[in-house]
Amino acid sequence: MLSVQSNAFDPGDILRNFSENVGGAGAVVSFTGIVRDNSGTLDHMLIEHYPGMTEKAISAIMASASKRWNLTACTVIHRHGHLNPNDMIMMVATASSHRVEAFQAADYLMDYLKSRAPFWKKEVSKDGSIWVESKAADEDALNRW
Amino acid sequence: MQIEILYFAWVRERIGIPRETVETNATNVHGLVAELSAREERYALAFSDISALRVAVDQDLTDFDATLNGVREVAFFPPMTGG
Repeated sequence: MLSVQSNAFDPGDILRNFSENVGGAGAVVSFTGIVRDNSGTLDHMLIEHYPGMTEKAISAIMASASKRWNLTACTVIHRHGHLNPNDMIMMVATASSHRVEAFQAADYLMDYLKSRAPFWKKEVSKDGSIWVESKAADEDALNRW
Repeated sequence: MQIEILYFAWVRERIGIPRETVETNATNVHGLVAELSAREERYALAFSDISALRVAVDQDLTDFDATLNGVREVAFFPPMTGG
């Protein structure tokens, strides 16, 4: 399941529903990303995305993960728009017969979502706003796979 | 041919519009960038360092050598920061 949405989600509800529909998998792994206030001055975050390409790119990443690992289910939720500190930005859940595959697939999905899904984060503080820059380490992380 | 061009994040802010339709004879993305840059200062500024930019053609990430034959949509944006 893939959802690109502006509204908030409840990770507890998502994970419970996901875990009840994993087709007999023995392992479920989930990751939730949360808006951090590194500087102590963050007012809110604006996440821009590319409607159409976002869904296309994430679907391709999910298909690639499902091909590489033996997943019985896989879910990605990613928000866009206005987010406050401590809001949940996104969530990934994977299910497999064995935990190693579920962990690896979730890690892979996160690495690819970070630098191959068309989202751009802008941090807005009282002093102004700044586009979050991608890190070389994020690009390097893809070489692990 | 007519191509829909989209701009995101600081590229959108620098150029001042989110999208536009352009008439072009460019055969690849490099050619399109050259045409746009020649138009006005704000385009030249946005495209001054294409190593800081990424391009998608018909919603697939590609490179600046990509051909524009039959293409409907080209998007320019900085490296993505999802997750």
